[in-house]
Amino acid sequence: MSTQPATGDTSENARMASADTALETSRAELDTTLKSIIADILGIDAAQANAMDADSGLFGHLPELDSMAVASLLTEMEDRLGIVIEDEDVEGEMLETYGGLLAFAEAKLIGA
Amino acid sequence: MKHLTWHAPLAGGGTGEEMLLAFEGTSEPRLLMLPALFDEANRMRRFTVQAMRALSEQGIASYLPDLPGCNESLAPLAEETLATWRKAAEEAVHDAEATHVLAIRGGALIAPPGLPSWFYAPVSGGKIVRGMVRAGVVAAREAGEEVSSQQLLERGRVEGVRLAGWPIGAAMFRELEQAEPLDDPQTVSIAQAQIPGRPLWLRAEPDEDEAASQELANIVAAGLGG
Repeated sequence: MSTQPATGDTSENARMASADTALETSRAELDTTLKSIIADILGIDAAQANAMDADSGLFGHLPELDSMAVASLLTEMEDRLGIVIEDEDVEGEMLETYGGLLAFAEAKLIGA
Repeated sequence: MKHLTWHAPLAGGGTGEEMLLAFEGTSEPRLLMLPALFDEANRMRRFTVQAMRALSEQGIASYLPDLPGCNESLAPLAEETLATWRKAAEEAVHDAEATHVLAIRGGALIAPPGLPSWFYAPVSGGKIVRGMVRAGVVAAREAGEEVSSQQLLERGRVEGVRLAGWPIGAAMFRELEQAEPLDDPQTVSIAQAQIPGRPLWLRAEPDEDEAASQELANIVAAGLGG
């Protein structure tokens, strides 16, 4: 979504559309990177990772996702996405579902 | 595969017997394996032994020592430091009469200088600490306690701290924060991108990957001219 006010000007609309496309592309890239990290940690293949949707349960739903695995997940996110995750960022909602994690990563990237 | 012993220097002085997992050969080259450290040691154990087996099938002998305080060792881990482990690695080279070294992940932090070596996906001590401190924060939170990364870092540096079940002494903690893989002209780094499959050290449950361990063995064997 663009934060630019709509002006009705054609060139401005075109610029916004292109910004939206860029955002869609980066969202798709983020989705791919995040799923790749989760696949590395859970030992699942790309098809299984791709089948994850916003409601797919993570921490608290998968017994193998213990504190060390969560630590690996967050540290890999930092390294592969170029973000810094603070202690206070780590809370239940962000880790509970894939959608929560994706939204968190996206907000971090926009704020970065 | 044989279980031998080697004479490891103890942190408090003297020596102790530690296990040496061996795929023996009758001639050189003889490869000393340096295992991944802490939590990654468990996750990479099977991969490491499978790589040794694959090397053995190509006629290359290899030896995997238990670092003091790790695996079957009875030495208290909290007393060990990177310096004592570096000394231990040198002794293991001597005991195993090793001509070459293959270090896995954090094993590269304690590799002895002066030997032709391969480092598989070497990692800095800083990154190991970062992961373990974060695991400590998440584990504390699960247990209903609130502790910050900063508090764990300070405790680690001053008095040592137990992270993800591993008691890390203060000296070890401070050394780890600064430690980088050995920088030596005789070392060759093997990146994860050269190995098929996904990195096993990230795996929540220890796993194996025959194709990956085979490829690591192939790269090392090719380097040895075998």
